[in-house]
Amino acid sequence: MGEHIIKLPDVGEGVAEAELVEWHVKVGDIVREDTVLAAVMTDKATVEIPSPVDGEILWLGAEIGDTVAIGSPIVRLKVAGEGNAKPQGAEAEAVSAEPPAKLPTPKPEAAAPVVKTSPKSDEPKAKPAASQKSTAQPSVPGAPRPAGERPLASPAVRLRAKEAGIDLRQVAGSGPAGRIGHEDIEAFLARGPQVAKASGLARNDAVQDIKVVGLRRKIAEKMSLSKSRVPHITYVEEIDVTALEELRAALNKEKRPGVERPKLTLLPFLMRAMVKAIADQPNLNSLFDDEAGIVHQHGGIHIGIAAQTPSGLVVPVVKHAEARDIWDCGAEVIRLAEAAKSGTATRDELSGSTITITSLGAMGGVATTPVINHPEVAIVGVNKMMVRPVWDGTQFMPRKMMNLSSSFDHRVIDGWDAAVFIQRIKTLLETPALIFVD
Amino acid sequence: MKEISCKLLVIGAGPGGYVCAIRAGQLGVDTVIVEAGKPGGTCLNVGCIPSKALIHAAEEFEKVSHMAGGKSPLGISVTAPTLDLARTVAWKDGIVSRLNSGVAGLLKKAGVKTVHGWASFRDGKTVAVETETGVQVIRAETIVIASGSAPVELPFLPFGGRAISSTEALALSDVPKKLAVVGGGYIGLELGMAFAKMGAEVTVIEALPRVLAQYDAELTRPVVKRLTALGVEVMLGAKAKGLSTKGDALLVETSDGKSAKVAAEKILVTVGRKPVTEGWGLEQIDLDMAGKFIRIDDQCRTSMRGIFAIGDVTGEPMLAHRAMAQGEMVAEIVAGHKRSWDKRSIPAVCFTDPELVTAGLSPEEAKALGGEIKIGMFPFAANGRAMTKLGEDGFVRVLARADNHLVLGIQAVGQGVSELAAAFGLALEMGARLEDIAGTIHAHPTQGEGFQEAALKALGHALHI
Repeated sequence: MGEHIIKLPDVGEGVAEAELVEWHVKVGDIVREDTVLAAVMTDKATVEIPSPVDGEILWLGAEIGDTVAIGSPIVRLKVAGEGNAKPQGAEAEAVSAEPPAKLPTPKPEAAAPVVKTSPKSDEPKAKPAASQKSTAQPSVPGAPRPAGERPLASPAVRLRAKEAGIDLRQVAGSGPAGRIGHEDIEAFLARGPQVAKASGLARNDAVQDIKVVGLRRKIAEKMSLSKSRVPHITYVEEIDVTALEELRAALNKEKRPGVERPKLTLLPFLMRAMVKAIADQPNLNSLFDDEAGIVHQHGGIHIGIAAQTPSGLVVPVVKHAEARDIWDCGAEVIRLAEAAKSGTATRDELSGSTITITSLGAMGGVATTPVINHPEVAIVGVNKMMVRPVWDGTQFMPRKMMNLSSSFDHRVIDGWDAAVFIQRIKTLLETPALIFVD
Repeated sequence: MKEISCKLLVIGAGPGGYVCAIRAGQLGVDTVIVEAGKPGGTCLNVGCIPSKALIHAAEEFEKVSHMAGGKSPLGISVTAPTLDLARTVAWKDGIVSRLNSGVAGLLKKAGVKTVHGWASFRDGKTVAVETETGVQVIRAETIVIASGSAPVELPFLPFGGRAISSTEALALSDVPKKLAVVGGGYIGLELGMAFAKMGAEVTVIEALPRVLAQYDAELTRPVVKRLTALGVEVMLGAKAKGLSTKGDALLVETSDGKSAKVAAEKILVTVGRKPVTEGWGLEQIDLDMAGKFIRIDDQCRTSMRGIFAIGDVTGEPMLAHRAMAQGEMVAEIVAGHKRSWDKRSIPAVCFTDPELVTAGLSPEEAKALGGEIKIGMFPFAANGRAMTKLGEDGFVRVLARADNHLVLGIQAVGQGVSELAAAFGLALEMGARLEDIAGTIHAHPTQGEGFQEAALKALGHALHI
């Protein structure tokens, strides 16, 4: 039997470390080759780490939320045959040679003999021979005791509970035979009373601690960065999309034999309108490196499309929208949205945007204050479309109206320029033929 | 007489009442205690303490008598001793009176006012006490009833003349030549054995098929053996029927239905104790009862707000230490603390020869729980210290759950094992497992080692057997 060490592989160009976001296995699990062991997350993408060999998990080298350096050992497996582990001493050196700061929760026993690293394997020998067969420990901490069984606690603990108003029957005992100790009382108090459900209204004083890890942490970092560094100016304008909707319906209805076309949403039209508007105002398609004091004005228009996924917000990117026609834009949006939702979007597909669209569809509301996707300088927000009465000079007409709420980096985009940009988009969307004329 | 008002009034200064009053006084509660007799109640005056004094004297006398017989293996020989029971009783009275003043002093020190006299309820907040100097009315926010218990009298064998209760038995001036004991419970056997050691010819009449029926037969076997050795005749399944017409013998219906006469100078009736629920105005406050006893909840509250009851008047087991624990708890409740009865065991001791101790569940009760039980028993015949004090009879027995080794009950029988009650009670109260007891160093050479060995035995690896 040998030992196989799995190190965190290089998950993307130029990535030095990744955050461990999920363990798919635990110590003692038997895994086969290609079993997914863990998921790590880099700037944008989540990468799954498969097992290269068959074996039994002996040790996991990081906890969820830890940032792990590329090349750090993350899993030790017991495998048939030699394994890839070096002799103990050499391995210890190898481990300590890693920069200490990047080691995931340094564990001294990592270098200890294999069998000892698992607490479970210690159990049998710790027990006296005679009690071995029957000293089952039925009370796992936190497990409720069998119905009708009295809580086990010393008089001092009972007194303490009484004075604190704690019903010991609700307290799990961590001691032998489920004995409740002072520390269990502390833990119970720290957790707060688990008030029995009474009828009617009840106070809930529970506080649940949720670790902000993985994508959620990335989003949090990104949002604080943007909101704290970028002075936003938000501009809301109303667009009459009646004509656009007619055109869209007509295009969707039109079928050409032998040509597979995606169903068009409003987004491809907006994207094409933005491409046109950016042609007049290229400074809006920029990345602002504020530390260097340089605005990188991009020729390629890479439009990020903010998308909601089960784990949070991600922004897949439609590359080179300037080189895509309306159908291509539409198809790419659909493909990326699906990839993002299923979690298969690649790191490349999730990065590199130069301007962003955010749309909540039917949930879009009347107006929003979109947060700029740093270091971009503009974000266009799509609000809900609805039929509203519009005065045409002689009468009220039912028109399909939609607002655009857009934010700009006011350090490099003046309010005037922002207004000109949106007015240009408004004109294009209200007279959609203009989108198709050069 | 001017009315007294107080926060807490305790009726009865037995072990329950006086402990309650002392604790309340310590906690700054304005407390009054009423007692018609001497402080200390049954326990101190006519129960635990005086009986133990007499039992000790009897034991010593028996030891010396045994030596005088020339058969002592210790090689000691003496001339035949004599016993002046009147002096023994005077010595015992001296101890009792020292303890009486001790309790009175403790009450005073705790700031408790003692009123001497007989109390009876007028209503739920008012008690009238007949004192030597007139009726004293006491109004109290909270009242604790600690009226205790009294020996049960047989209607066909009323106390007086030859028929005596334990109270009179503790104050005899001569050892009766022939003593009949009606009731083979712990009081009857404690005193019966003591008188047998002092030279009385003792016959025990027990209606049940065995003596000390509240204990299991295995546990009482050494006592039965000792009864035989002391020449005590035990009539099982027999019923006392009354005095003979001449009045010098007890009529008994034997187990096979025949009539028998048991000649007796004194007839000690120990058929149990009953709660004192009469004579203090229970009818005025109409409390809910539980059988003969006052019904209480887990805080010793009665059915009337502001009235607590503790001790023998509240039910079995009628033991001083239960009453004390209740009294302490009630005082703390009255002082505003959060308390309720959560004791795991009330150990019980029987001062027969040899002594019995029980704490927690009996084997029968433990088995009734339904789970698998482990039993470990260690005989004193394998204990060095027991051998050196001629006390090889008896054993320590530990019962535990088989699944998690939680100790459920502990019993012992043997010379001097009453002192092991402390260890047994602590083990149960702390929720010990067999491993906890087995893993505790027990000093050598003591009988307490038997406790550790019994636990080891239950674990399957006793060292000394």
